[in-house]
Amino acid sequence: MALLEIRDLTLRFGGLCAINGLSLEIEEHSIRSLIGPNGAGKTCVFNCLTGFYKPSSGDMLFQGASLINKKPHFVTYRGMARTFQNLRLFKQLSVLENVMSGMHCRTNSGFFSSVLRTKGQQAEEKHIREVAEECLDFVGILDKKHHMAKNLPYGDQRRVEWARALATQPKLLMLDEPAAGLNREEKARLIELIARVRDERKITIFLIEHDMSLVMKVSEKIFVIDYGTKIAEGTVREVQDNPLVVEAYLGKEEQEDAV
Amino acid sequence: MEQIKPKKITLNPFEKVVEKLYELFDNNVLRYSVLITMTAFLVYLPRASSLFTQEIMTNMFFYVVVCLGLNIIVGFAGLLHLGYAAFFAVGAYVTGIMSATYGINFWLTLPFSIVAAIIAGLAIGAPTLRLRGDYLAIVTLGFGEIIRITVRNVGITGGAVGLIGIERPVFFGIVLNQISHFYYMFFILSIIAIFVSYRLYDSRLGRAWQYIREDEDAAAAMGINVVTTRLSAFIIGSCFGALAGSFFAVKMTAISPDSFMFIHSIMILLAVVLGGMGKIPGVVLGAIIVTIFPEISRDIGQYRLIIFAVILLVLMIYRPQGLWPDRQFQSTKK
Repeated sequence: MALLEIRDLTLRFGGLCAINGLSLEIEEHSIRSLIGPNGAGKTCVFNCLTGFYKPSSGDMLFQGASLINKKPHFVTYRGMARTFQNLRLFKQLSVLENVMSGMHCRTNSGFFSSVLRTKGQQAEEKHIREVAEECLDFVGILDKKHHMAKNLPYGDQRRVEWARALATQPKLLMLDEPAAGLNREEKARLIELIARVRDERKITIFLIEHDMSLVMKVSEKIFVIDYGTKIAEGTVREVQDNPLVVEAYLGKEEQEDAV
Repeated sequence: MEQIKPKKITLNPFEKVVEKLYELFDNNVLRYSVLITMTAFLVYLPRASSLFTQEIMTNMFFYVVVCLGLNIIVGFAGLLHLGYAAFFAVGAYVTGIMSATYGINFWLTLPFSIVAAIIAGLAIGAPTLRLRGDYLAIVTLGFGEIIRITVRNVGITGGAVGLIGIERPVFFGIVLNQISHFYYMFFILSIIAIFVSYRLYDSRLGRAWQYIREDEDAAAAMGINVVTTRLSAFIIGSCFGALAGSFFAVKMTAISPDSFMFIHSIMILLAVVLGGMGKIPGVVLGAIIVTIFPEISRDIGQYRLIIFAVILLVLMIYRPQGLWPDRQFQSTKK
């Protein structure tokens, strides 16, 4: 059974049809990409999956259970984590506190245990901190854990977002344009990181990306959408040769995809 | 997309001094000795000061409690609340009605005060879940006025005259009727409020409030239930206010709708913003300034409020983040 299954998903804003009858499946431990021209509805798919938008019709199954009408925090609790296209860090808080947010849905101490600082609460706090530090170590910025998030360079802020998503201990990690704004060297590290997340942490990866070279390097299978409809799916080679894709995407834009 | 250059963190001389001071106070011995000295001074103060000073100090401690309560809503959770006086009106009236009308022991009215506060917190929190910023401010402003006008026009609250004859509380056989008694009572309350604020600030719940304040969508995406977390901020903030209100009622022995006017909500908010939203020592400092300044400047006469206003304006233009300075690098101890 696929980890994530989207069936006939449709999303309308008034008369505009952002997603139109989209179906796709993501297998466990795979790396899948969703590509398409600007405005094709890629981020809308993510927002539907994570509960920020309510789809007009269709179904989304995560490990066999429907995600329809589920709130974002519940989707995260079920094991899907996401990053945002534009960085959405908690800017005024430290890097460590940012990453600790991911553990919120895996812990449960409340008002009284916090005020009384019970043994259970203390153990939980320690656990939260350890997981957060481990995630920061994984993405390689543990030494910056006490910096305020807004003071980090852009590339490092991206990594904080990664660590934060990993701290929710997801089964599926959804990346919305992870390479946006990164330089060549940082992109190379990103490709390595994506592979490590899948291989070392056994996390399935679903990403949206504009950078074609990156998509070609990391993903095993690609879905192409245009105007909210899936126009192709397959391996890199298959997609590249598909005339529909060439027409919708590659044909209309310059070959060296400038973002 | 443009490449954003790494920012180099440079500190100005003021920030360097602040950073040094923070480092200095990382030392536990120094920190605790300063705290103990201050506490000892405040415990001793009523023996060596006039009734007037004690009255002002009592009022100051009262403000510390309500400001810390509002700080949970405005500072931690980032929800602008302009009707906070209504929350302490709720506590004051619950205690007032139960004590003056039904003659119930003051201490027994406190649980009811908390229950009423929870209801009030839900009443303002639940309908405004989708609102932020200015919209929320307007609704909370209306809420504050509704409560005040209601107590003004309902029989049980004594209408515009208010309630009189609220009984003095008895504490281990001592009738609390001296100003020094209330000084110590509010002193202890403010210590509890500071303690609870610190514990909450550094907890899972306190962090969740701050995540929501910083970015509600990102917080939701990190698995934080925005609905319950926001409501809990309103409820806990409201409990601080209601408890302070209950003690306020027995201190005054008479309450009227005029004690809970919009201007009080504004003064409390002012103290929170002035000291620095979300920063506990800053909020305490704000509460102290807002209560002490108008008193010590009485000699200036009728211009004192104008001078106060000008100082506030200048402060808000040059230090919009509040008086209490931020630490640039967190303590490395933890």
